[in-house]
Amino acid sequence: MDVKLIAGLEIHVQLATKSKLFCGCKVGFEDPPNSNVCPVCLGLPGVLPLMNKKAYEYAVRTALALNCQMARFTKWDRKSYYYPDLPKNYQISQYDLPLSHDGYMEIPLEDGTTKKVRIIRAHLEEDAGKNLHEGLDHSRIDLNRTGTPLLEIVTEPDLNSPVECRILAQELQKLVQFLGVSEANMQKGHMRFEPNINLQIIDDDGREYRTPICEVKNLNSFRALERAVAYEEWRQLEEWKHDHDFTLEKMGKQNRGWNDARNETIFQREKEEAHDYRYFPEPDLVPVELDDDWLEKIKAALCELPLAMKQRFIQDYELNDYDAGVLTADRATAEFFDGAVKAGGSAKRAANLVTQFGLKTAHERNCRVNELGVTVEQVAQLAQLVEEGAVSSSAAITIFEKMLTDESDPKAIAEKHNLIQQSDAGALEAIVDEVIAANLQAAEEVKSGGKKAKKARGFLMGQVMQKTKGQANPKIAGELLDGKLKE
Amino acid sequence: MENLTFQQISAEILKKSLKSVELTQHIFGRIDKLESKIGAFISLFRERALAKAVDIDRRLAEGAPVGPLAGIPVAIKDNMCTGFGATTCASRILGKFSSPYNAHVVDQLEDADAVIIGKTNMDEFAMGSSCENSALQTTVNPWDINRVPGGSSGGSAAAVAAGLCYAALGSDTGGSIRLPASFCGVVGLKPTYGRVSRYGLVAYGSSLDQIGPISRDVYGAAALLNVIAGHDRRDSTSVDESTAPVKDYVKNLDHPVENLKIGVAQEFFDVEGLDPEVEKAVREALQTYEDMGVALIEVSLPYMKYAIAAYYLIATAEASSNLARYDGVHYGHRTSRPKDYIDVYSSSRAEGFGDEVKRRIMLGTYALSAGYYDAYYLKALKVRNLIRRDFEQAFEKVDCLMCPTAPETAFKLGEKTDDPLKMYLSDIYTIAVNLAGVPGISIPCGLSSGNLPIGLQIITPAFSEAKLLRIARMFEKETEHHLSKPFC
Ligand SMILES: [Zn+2]
Repeated sequence: MDVKLIAGLEIHVQLATKSKLFCGCKVGFEDPPNSNVCPVCLGLPGVLPLMNKKAYEYAVRTALALNCQMARFTKWDRKSYYYPDLPKNYQISQYDLPLSHDGYMEIPLEDGTTKKVRIIRAHLEEDAGKNLHEGLDHSRIDLNRTGTPLLEIVTEPDLNSPVECRILAQELQKLVQFLGVSEANMQKGHMRFEPNINLQIIDDDGREYRTPICEVKNLNSFRALERAVAYEEWRQLEEWKHDHDFTLEKMGKQNRGWNDARNETIFQREKEEAHDYRYFPEPDLVPVELDDDWLEKIKAALCELPLAMKQRFIQDYELNDYDAGVLTADRATAEFFDGAVKAGGSAKRAANLVTQFGLKTAHERNCRVNELGVTVEQVAQLAQLVEEGAVSSSAAITIFEKMLTDESDPKAIAEKHNLIQQSDAGALEAIVDEVIAANLQAAEEVKSGGKKAKKARGFLMGQVMQKTKGQANPKIAGELLDGKLKE
Repeated sequence: MENLTFQQISAEILKKSLKSVELTQHIFGRIDKLESKIGAFISLFRERALAKAVDIDRRLAEGAPVGPLAGIPVAIKDNMCTGFGATTCASRILGKFSSPYNAHVVDQLEDADAVIIGKTNMDEFAMGSSCENSALQTTVNPWDINRVPGGSSGGSAAAVAAGLCYAALGSDTGGSIRLPASFCGVVGLKPTYGRVSRYGLVAYGSSLDQIGPISRDVYGAAALLNVIAGHDRRDSTSVDESTAPVKDYVKNLDHPVENLKIGVAQEFFDVEGLDPEVEKAVREALQTYEDMGVALIEVSLPYMKYAIAAYYLIATAEASSNLARYDGVHYGHRTSRPKDYIDVYSSSRAEGFGDEVKRRIMLGTYALSAGYYDAYYLKALKVRNLIRRDFEQAFEKVDCLMCPTAPETAFKLGEKTDDPLKMYLSDIYTIAVNLAGVPGISIPCGLSSGNLPIGLQIITPAFSEAKLLRIARMFEKETEHHLSKPFC
């Protein structure tokens, strides 16, 4: 028997615009209920929507990054359903002419390869409000969220494991954060996932079965997404084992909910019972015709995407996969590091400085690396000092720390605090000779190569360090010492 | 005083020979006398209007600037939101709804220093041709109180005709300004779709709705259009000035259009149910133009006969969605003892909407339903394009089209209330104009033997309101139909 999981994702990303999609209200759900509302988002009689151009730009930026085809002509549609959190009782969305379609996204798999997941479409729509259920006899409605711009991204069913689903979601989070179009803060519900899942089963007789496609609604964490898909993978196989009529042809599609506490999906309704949304073109908004010059401008301003950047760091800068991943986790860090390398810093050393000190400090201070008050030039110079052996790795951390408050260049800081390593072979040679002459017994032990050789060499190095007040370049001093004791 | 024209009354106020307060008081005196018979107003703003008049008089006395409509008493249809008083759409479902904001046109009138005296009755949510679909009151025709004023802007047309105001705003989705103007013997203009901002107009058929003026004469309509026309960024469908600049519609009003070519289509006179008296009056009007040396040219609008069918799919589809928000949840009427939250919707709506509104919501919902969309809504859109093309082709040959505004004169109250399809036919001449998005005006062109007004409709290409008004004015100067007054 051969079982293959087939999953696609529908993802809602809240765009980080200051105002709502069709009115000037602030986007902010944390404010007191119904404080960020106006006649337009309240759906009062007589109001008309006005498209937020920034939201459209953000959507276009994302769609371009998802390698989508951009529609030259796109329109808005009304999707009708009655629900108390939807004051107009229709949602303005995009139905048959979404702003973009047919793209793809590359995701890194755990085995180090990448996978191309096709994107069916990405379109803009407005969010609904929130029903606050308070007891049996009444509910309250908070319309702060009403009209918030959402980008809906729909993938082809190209995902074949719960992990792949989770990776795609995480990569998308990184992508929209990189693009600056969404905070993509999971705790704040900026991303919501709806995976559709079924199994392709080929039994031992070579017969092929497809289990019913189940759509799990409203998952708002990566963990829930991965577990919901895993649960469905298990459940659908069990159901099929129990009854081979558990197939798409016989059962159709269904919607399921996720119970996080019980770690399982719950049947909601057959998809055939789904609403007839009575889509039709929104007459209050004019269609958007894409201006080629504008599109070119957006394209030109598009930043390098995280996965491409990571691969470049590995290939061009010879970083390992882990460091490259850490450095491209967010755009500020990636660009800061990249800037330091481009300013002449050794990639390896700059990576160490940023990952070992920069990120840690930024985290402590609750800011980004580029906000620490240290310039990329400073980091580049510091990396070079380490690379040239002028300062030790540990001294470099000390210098980095001083740079947080000292605007001088790192070399000046190193000199001021006596952190420059003695790398002048001539000067060091005299000191090495001096140390050997004063410790002949230890020198002999090293030369003999016996049991005590290692310890004796360490002792001699310690003496060199002591004489240079710790400023000897250990690599050069060691080489000198080894050369002398071989003679 | 009510016998002075719009232009004259405006001049009197600016000259300070007539105080705005006096005029306002006079108007409210007439309202006190006649409104109980006419029933034109849903609400009146006596104190507010007088305060405004006092302010205008004060500014005039001080030599301070005043707006172009200074002191003119105007009324607005009750489907335009006002930040003062109620906005009812003549429906029970809105309950005591008071809008927190003014419609764009209301702001424009206020800025122009018009004196807003009240809000007028209408068919519920502007759905109707007789004003009888108002859930709140009956408005009668000032020419014959046993007859309808026409709809849906019946209150506005009746108020103007009865001299209860000098001009009024109406809204026109399928003829709702022009039809009552025709029935009440006044001038009614539906501007090009996109000429006037719809912001604050309670939507019926969003792709068709347009606000326009109703007045005694063409000058009044032009003066009002001057104030309300223009781009408003809050209405994406209002056309910006660079595409279609707003003209001064009053400035060259008296200049006849040179080498005018009028298009007349045989289809206009083949309409079943066209009252011979209406046909006669319209043909005489055409003769009047011919006597001025104007050329009449035969044109054809072969798709016009499908206009009513297309309209009742497009307008109702949009209405079914536009009216979805009246659900008893957020504002307006809510049923008293709902069984559950679904019942809040169904009972509130069942209790709040009148029969015609329900009929149109159901029709529109059906037209948009899966499986029917292509056969109804989509097909109607295609017909709409064909009608639009009919007009474009006609306008390649002529400057304007002329036809009756309605196939008949005002009918009796209750005459058609049981037969919606018959009622729908009243709009046979006006509906195609909305589908094409072009401007149309109805001007009085005679009285029937029963002393009821007959309207001539003039239609011109999109955004040519200046020319349209001049063409209408040419007729007005040659005739005295606009001077005929009803009993009161
Ligand atoms: Zn708002």
